[in-house]
Amino acid sequence: MLIKLSGGTVYDPVHGINGEKRDIYLQDGYITRKPASSIKIDKTYDLNGKIIMAGAIDIHTHIGGGKVNIARMMLPEDHRADLVSKTKLTRSGCGHAAPSTLTAGYRYAEMGYTACFEPAMLPSNARQAHMEMADTPMVDKGAYAMLGSDDFFLRMLTAKKDREAISDYVGWIINATQAIAIKVVNPGGINAFKFNQRKLDLDEQNEHYGVSPREIIKSLARAVRELGVPHPLHLHGCNLGVPGNMHTTLDTIRAVEGMPLHLTHVQFHSYGTEGDRKFSSGAAEIAEAVNSNPNISIDVGQVLFGQTVTASGDTMRQYAGHWHAHPKKWVIMDIECDAGCGVVPFKYRDKNFVNALQWAIGLELFLLINDPWRIFLTTDHPNGAPFTSYPHLIRLLMDRSFRNDMLATINKGAAAASILSSIDREYTLYEIATMTRAAPARSLGLKNRGHLGGGAIADITVYNNIKNKEKMFEKPLYVFKNGEEIVKNGKIVKVVTGGTHTLRPDYDKSIEKSLKKYFDRYMTVKLGNFKIDDDEIVEHGNGNIIVQPCT
Amino acid sequence: MSLKLSLHTKPDVPLEADVICPDKLNGVNETAIAALTVFHGNDQTALGDFFTVKGQCDGEIQLEGDLANVKHLGSEMTIGKMIIEGDVGQHLGACMSGGEIVVEGNAHDWVAPEMTGGKITIKGNAGHLIGSAYRGSPIGMQGGEIIIHGDVKNETGNTMRGGLIAIGGNTGDFTGVNMLAGTIIVLGEMGIRNGASMKRGTIISMHHAPMIPTFSYVCTYNPTYLRMYLSYIRKLGMEVSDEQINGNYKRWIGDAIELNKGEILLYANE
Ligand SMILES: [Zn+2]
Repeated sequence: MLIKLSGGTVYDPVHGINGEKRDIYLQDGYITRKPASSIKIDKTYDLNGKIIMAGAIDIHTHIGGGKVNIARMMLPEDHRADLVSKTKLTRSGCGHAAPSTLTAGYRYAEMGYTACFEPAMLPSNARQAHMEMADTPMVDKGAYAMLGSDDFFLRMLTAKKDREAISDYVGWIINATQAIAIKVVNPGGINAFKFNQRKLDLDEQNEHYGVSPREIIKSLARAVRELGVPHPLHLHGCNLGVPGNMHTTLDTIRAVEGMPLHLTHVQFHSYGTEGDRKFSSGAAEIAEAVNSNPNISIDVGQVLFGQTVTASGDTMRQYAGHWHAHPKKWVIMDIECDAGCGVVPFKYRDKNFVNALQWAIGLELFLLINDPWRIFLTTDHPNGAPFTSYPHLIRLLMDRSFRNDMLATINKGAAAASILSSIDREYTLYEIATMTRAAPARSLGLKNRGHLGGGAIADITVYNNIKNKEKMFEKPLYVFKNGEEIVKNGKIVKVVTGGTHTLRPDYDKSIEKSLKKYFDRYMTVKLGNFKIDDDEIVEHGNGNIIVQPCT
Repeated sequence: MSLKLSLHTKPDVPLEADVICPDKLNGVNETAIAALTVFHGNDQTALGDFFTVKGQCDGEIQLEGDLANVKHLGSEMTIGKMIIEGDVGQHLGACMSGGEIVVEGNAHDWVAPEMTGGKITIKGNAGHLIGSAYRGSPIGMQGGEIIIHGDVKNETGNTMRGGLIAIGGNTGDFTGVNMLAGTIIVLGEMGIRNGASMKRGTIISMHHAPMIPTFSYVCTYNPTYLRMYLSYIRKLGMEVSDEQINGNYKRWIGDAIELNKGEILLYANE
């Protein structure tokens, strides 16, 4: 079947196409070059005046794994308030901040997304995470395995194991858990929490293992690079949410000494201590550091106002935050020898000084960081806001007067403390296409996604060109997944399953000898059962495995 | 005249019938009632596919037949009365805030979860989680009365914050677990781990009960207010003796891992 998308205005930053009128041809799930005129075109979409981009990719969204399920179980009110009926095509579901798997998949597709990455998969929870992701239809998935507070790795660091051994362990974890990248959350801090430490700065030592977050970050960043994992170490740094943590973040950028590093939800790590309330924006300094260090990429973790739930592996910081739970309930949980997790529901209020300033800090970061190839659009769903608020966020970035209108409604003190009103920048469609498509695909090493060139997978989103960008991005005209029309006028017209992106880095298999001993002694599952087979992901008819190449 | 709904076809899988509620059926004619949506499993069907509809609801609904597999009857009810001749399924009177439901037979699990007002009487037995919070909710039953003449199973009054639950028979384990306030009276025997994690509230039983280690014995006394409760439920037809009304009770407080302000009163002259 040969399909022609005729006459649309194309934004394809990988090929430098900035709003040019182009025809795009799809065949057998791929984008192809213009066929010979003798070949019959089966279907033509007239897209004159419409905007065409590759399908959007969310590089950091919590859609699977233990913590999301805890959030679901803990928040019946979140489900009651947002019920989704079944239709002829789609199944029922519910939930605003922590939607059910099916609903999450449908909503992503209806917003023009074709791939979503779960950033905090604990190795011992990987099976659960993959089952939930397999149950999330419409989009491709992938997950980052979380290391850095696991006892095996910390023991290796304490024992001063050589870097090859550490790389082998990291490589084994990626293979065993079917991950595509490595995440570290509060490096060593989740483990330190178990030994009653309640804070851990970059150069403070985990008292039990005698290692610091700095050593952990360097060691993992090096292993990730040596294994050829395309995505840099995905770091949720120390001191999340602590006023003054911008200095920790700046020190962290220096700590990796030029190695690639991705700082996630950096909004939560960009706080100063100035002003009467000892809470201020560090966005300008962080943006400057990101701008001048090309090895650094970030995602923002924008806060948007309303009820949500925070779900994180960072037990230390979630425990500190549980006093602010709304509604008043929370879970902090230990997870085997791997790490832990904390789930705290939260309501961001626009009239609250801290929340309003968090909102402004996120936007300042977006607007002060110059290179859209190194900054990704996220709310750290659901931590800053549910992913369904992305269209609103895009409008805030693209529409200065709208942004200033919103700024006028937030807490006055926060508005005054922010430099937001003095920033003129408006994101262009080309920059949005970079930040939500081209850049995440490149960062994750998804070669044939995030662009519209010949040979790319035909994951494509077509928008109506509407001045109100929130309206434009919340309801695409068409979404194509693997060349099939799956969404029309913002509604699902075909249900597909999506695949799971994984990576298979090489490592020395003899690492399993020491791992087996460790598993037999300490873990609740055997080494053999810990590993996840391809069949387990594919078995229920839920898509396929896509192995991405290492660099 | 009142509305009569008779089950003519037994559902194969649970029938979700939250439309059967005086608030929703008052003044609606027979044909319109028969056309209302109910869910048979995941199939959307009409109420008339399962029930014969007779009469019009003027505040009262009578239901007949084996309704053990019919769920959510009287959900979110605020007024009126429902009389159920036989057994009834889960989630009876869920979140109800007013009105009255009488069940002549047995009820399933989840009788009146998160109820805030009104009254439910079950003449037979009932299942687990009577007057409880839904999983994850911070607050269960907040007001109203649940009177069950027979036995019930586990977690009666889970996270309850107000109102009265009276059980004529025995309860299972975890009676009053996580209780925040309110009153549970058990005329029969209670299972184990009663009042675990309770903050405030009162659990009363006419029999000895095993206590968890985080409860401590305070005194044996003769609480005046209890006489009013016991006389009241006797008037409702429950078996309460004069000795119990006038008798002494051992008072335990707990749960010490929480506020330690809950109480369990156990009849001392047993
Ligand atoms: Zn996150």
